[in-house]
Amino acid sequence: MSMQQDLAPTTGDEVIQNYTINFGPQHPAAHGVLRLVMELDGEIVERLDPHIGLLHRGTEKLIEHKTYLQALPYFDRLDYASPLCMEHSYVLAIEKLLNLEVPLRAQYLRVFFAELTRIKNHTLNIAHHIIDVGAMTPPLWLYEIREDIMNFYERASGARMHAAWFRPGGVHQDVPLKLLTDIGEWLDHRMPKLFEDAMALVVDNRIFKQRNVDIAIVSKEDAIKWGFSGPMIRGAGIPWDIRKSQPYDVYAKMEFDIPVGTRGDCYDRFMVRVEEVRQSVRIMKQCLQQMPEGPVCSDDRKIVPPKRAEMKQSMEALIHHFKLYTEGFKVPAGSVYVATESPKGEFGVYLVSDGTNKPYRCKIRPTAFSHLQAMDFMSRGHMLADTTAILGALDIVFGECDR
Amino acid sequence: MTHSAPHIEKPRGTVAAIKKALGRDLLSVEEEFGEVAIYVRRDALVGCMVQLRDTCDYQQLMEMAGVDWPDRDPRFEVVYCLLSLTKNHRIRVHVSTNEDTPVPSVTEIWPVAGWLEREVFDMYGVLFSGNEDLRRILTDYGFTGHPQRKDFPLTGYVELRYSEEEKRVKYEPVQLAQDFRSFDFLSPWEGADYPLPGDEKVIKSGEPPRGTPPQVNKPKTTENTAQTGAGAAANVEAKKRTVRKPKAVKP
Repeated sequence: MSMQQDLAPTTGDEVIQNYTINFGPQHPAAHGVLRLVMELDGEIVERLDPHIGLLHRGTEKLIEHKTYLQALPYFDRLDYASPLCMEHSYVLAIEKLLNLEVPLRAQYLRVFFAELTRIKNHTLNIAHHIIDVGAMTPPLWLYEIREDIMNFYERASGARMHAAWFRPGGVHQDVPLKLLTDIGEWLDHRMPKLFEDAMALVVDNRIFKQRNVDIAIVSKEDAIKWGFSGPMIRGAGIPWDIRKSQPYDVYAKMEFDIPVGTRGDCYDRFMVRVEEVRQSVRIMKQCLQQMPEGPVCSDDRKIVPPKRAEMKQSMEALIHHFKLYTEGFKVPAGSVYVATESPKGEFGVYLVSDGTNKPYRCKIRPTAFSHLQAMDFMSRGHMLADTTAILGALDIVFGECDR
Repeated sequence: MTHSAPHIEKPRGTVAAIKKALGRDLLSVEEEFGEVAIYVRRDALVGCMVQLRDTCDYQQLMEMAGVDWPDRDPRFEVVYCLLSLTKNHRIRVHVSTNEDTPVPSVTEIWPVAGWLEREVFDMYGVLFSGNEDLRRILTDYGFTGHPQRKDFPLTGYVELRYSEEEKRVKYEPVQLAQDFRSFDFLSPWEGADYPLPGDEKVIKSGEPPRGTPPQVNKPKTTENTAQTGAGAAANVEAKKRTVRKPKAVKP
């Protein structure tokens, strides 16, 4: 002990030693199973080493052993805060390999529910960001919104979280008209009331600003170098949104604005998400206005299985049903990288097919990988208490990060 | 009449510009499904990436993926997905390598490659020279093997449980009550070039494997009985003429 103290740098009588602390993996502010090894100088973070992989389930390996359709529900379990947006990249990748056309109504439904998912994800993240820096009431109100959305999920797909509702070629089932009118009603009245009430408590709050403004500033250059995407790159001031620049499904027909930050700090990233919720509401209302009637899934019987009722009547449908649910469909050999704008950023799927009924390789690009990696340089020189604010503004879910 | 995946317009002269910038380090360019994939020499990877970033404006490295092709030599492929924010375009850069040959690290160009390379190393065992922090990232502390390789079993080798007696987590060899049910859907009529399970007992050496089409260059003849497949009479007894006398029925 005395030897150690002799060697350590001293100022006067005081002995200053860097010490290393372990944060997580079981910690309420860690947003899952994150372990941070932090080297501290007093209360200032000198170095930060995130240890991930505690939730690694080998999803990519499992997908290689499943048919294309059987692999779909794994995507819900990646980012369980925004399940349908995870499926979106995967079904689009398959459709790109097959060059499969999706009926217009299915495209609208997908965009509609992807934006509902965005609201769901952002309310969760905003709530946790707020609770991480010490407020309690707004998260409870935001959870009301999330609960409503889970109920809508259930009415559309039968499941509150893991919907497994998108399919290569469209969506699994059409939604009842009552559900669409209910969501429209909710978007007009209940949702903005809850959301704006909660935000009124936070956005101009002195304590909230003190905890977030000028914390972890990211420059445009750094955001590009570290592979940022989604609200993180927009928070840094770069107006980049895949929905706008590389539109998929019917995003090309939607009118919406892309919020960007001015300073690139935690507060900007937070405010970008707040504004994105409002823009998502705008997109959803446009979908409701424009959505046509029609089929919700492609009628290519070599890819999309027939409905059960049809199967009971038609011999051909029975054969297709059996073949597609056992063997599945074959996808032409080749490889594509398809990335969509998930609520957390660019969620990509690099799909390699060898011409059989199972993916040869399915690499999933998690948004969290690049963002969490950058946390080291973002936290340096900040106080220990700021790491929770930084982590909250990163928006990390470990199901997706660890796969 | 097309898919609705992200619409990416290829800027004019992209491939020509890449060819000009990379010169002889570029092995080939492939364009399929509307995506540009370029294959570069492994030793020249860093120079190529700098060229792609500075001359061709692909500013961001979004993703790195390893792919294992056990039949190929070299065995592994490392794929870099680049994004141009200014030209709104994506390309993929492929390099190939094997277990022993390291790939030059691109962490100097894009610091985000640090973790991406760690993941490829963890999953495939591909080495990256110049990455100073090449630790495992997703697998357990003290894990052995590279799970994404095609010869690594889906179930892995060890399973762990908490032992109440020893008050610690114990690692034991995997024991499964039921095997993973994997079905072979490659139909022999669609090009399976191996004997179907069970056929190896019947197939003698020199015979073509089942599933290969019959030889058609010799015309089929039926000159003698052997060629017809009828063969010799099997039951001699049946040919014997026997006269059965009906039994007299007594009234």
